[in-house]
Amino acid sequence: MIQLENVTKTYPKASRPSLDDVSVGIEKGEFVFFIGPSGSGKSTIIKLLLHEVAPNKGKVIVNSKDVTSMRSWKIPHFRRSIGCVFQDFRLLPNRTAYENVAFALEVIGKTKAVARRVVPEVLELVGLGGKEHRYPHELSGGEQQRVAVARAFVNRPLILLADEPTGNLDPDTSIEIMRLLDRINRTGTTVVMVTHDSNIVNQMRRRVIEIESGRIVRDQPRGVYG
Amino acid sequence: MRVKYVLSEVLVGLWRNVTMTIAMIITMAVSLTMLGASALLYLQANEMKDYYYANIEVAMFLKSDVNDEQRQALDQQLRSDDLVQDYQLETKDKALEKFQTLWRDTPDLVNSVSAEQLPESFRVKLKNPEQYEDFAVKYRDAEGVDEVLDQRELLEKVFGILNSVQTMSLIAAIVMAIAALMLVGNTIQVAAYSKRREVAVMKLVGASNWFIQAPFVLEAVAAGVIGALLGFGILVLGKVFLIDGALQDLTNLLTPLSWDNVLLMLPFMAGAGALVSAVTAWTTLRFYLRV
Repeated sequence: MIQLENVTKTYPKASRPSLDDVSVGIEKGEFVFFIGPSGSGKSTIIKLLLHEVAPNKGKVIVNSKDVTSMRSWKIPHFRRSIGCVFQDFRLLPNRTAYENVAFALEVIGKTKAVARRVVPEVLELVGLGGKEHRYPHELSGGEQQRVAVARAFVNRPLILLADEPTGNLDPDTSIEIMRLLDRINRTGTTVVMVTHDSNIVNQMRRRVIEIESGRIVRDQPRGVYG
Repeated sequence: MRVKYVLSEVLVGLWRNVTMTIAMIITMAVSLTMLGASALLYLQANEMKDYYYANIEVAMFLKSDVNDEQRQALDQQLRSDDLVQDYQLETKDKALEKFQTLWRDTPDLVNSVSAEQLPESFRVKLKNPEQYEDFAVKYRDAEGVDEVLDQRELLEKVFGILNSVQTMSLIAAIVMAIAALMLVGNTIQVAAYSKRREVAVMKLVGASNWFIQAPFVLEAVAAGVIGALLGFGILVLGKVFLIDGALQDLTNLLTPLSWDNVLLMLPFMAGAGALVSAVTAWTTLRFYLRV
């Protein structure tokens, strides 16, 4: 599903590479944590998978497509097969929960009729039934993140990327979000999550890949934060 | 649905920053008016050249004491000259007739001149008006010739003036166009900034590039086209009130400015306005919306 082959990424002006000769493979349907201290290069992996940045060396293969050599006009279409959740939710403040999710459908050309059918369903799935018409500021942090998850999942992506999705949430709310991601994972969606929340990693007991100074120092099935 | 979405985004975008939009439209309008005026002058000058050069003559004035022999010699020489297409003698009486029609509005002047005072002349049409110099050299010093005058020299001066007016309006158009371009670029940057959240989400969920960029580009194109319509309106007013109105006496000298030519400016200005705005907006977006 996801394949990094000897990937090196050095940002311009950086003294050392963010990722240094990293190789890793992730199977379809897996749930993987990338952990490590700030600045270790975890988030760079998400950016590489989305093709927000290109590696200096090596290959990034997602859905058996070589992202590194992908023509730039093909990237938007490629991104439709990937859902994304972030620490800061990235919701549109002037749109309701329903409209935020529908927006993601409409801008890739789905009709309003499709949105009317699909959006309530996915909001129900993330546990926001009955709160469709609230604005983000009328929702708690956990609820906002649920809207973000709904938006990421509404296109039924093959892969869900989560960059510190619990970073702004209290422990109890974090656990709820993790249950949600777990449920999405059980539908067959590959979940890749970057975090440094040790509680969560220890509780989930899923594959853990630890990165330090741009190198993989540990790759353990059913691992703990360590 | 997508068309409706894009159009409503364009309207919202134009309205969000309405003072900037107005500034953009005004500079566009002024620039395109200048451009249109310049293009009209260009068309007009070409039509005039065709018209006048087709009817142009060289006047060969004869001395007042010219005798029959000299006149006949010149007649002979002109008849056999390769440069000459056609010629005729303008007698003193004919010259008076012409003088009287030309100055019919000032009877005092007409009455004070008699046929005797006016010079005789040969009116010569050259095969190629450009060969005037060759012709003048040949006849300037001939017996009985007072002066060889080319109407072309006079016309060249008129065309020179028209040309410099055209150049000036073209320069003004370019200067205003630069201002308009900067305003378009700036407006697009502001628009892109105020929609940065939407744009970020659109990129994230994989909206196509044209879909992200189209509202911004169309916003600029709309301003360009509105500017062109205003500019065209100014040209029409100029034609009605200046060319056909206040300045009519002056413009009678020139060939008439046809409505066909004025109407031709509408697609020309709208096209130029739309194209320039679109290219500017699109280029700006390349830098501000890295995809």
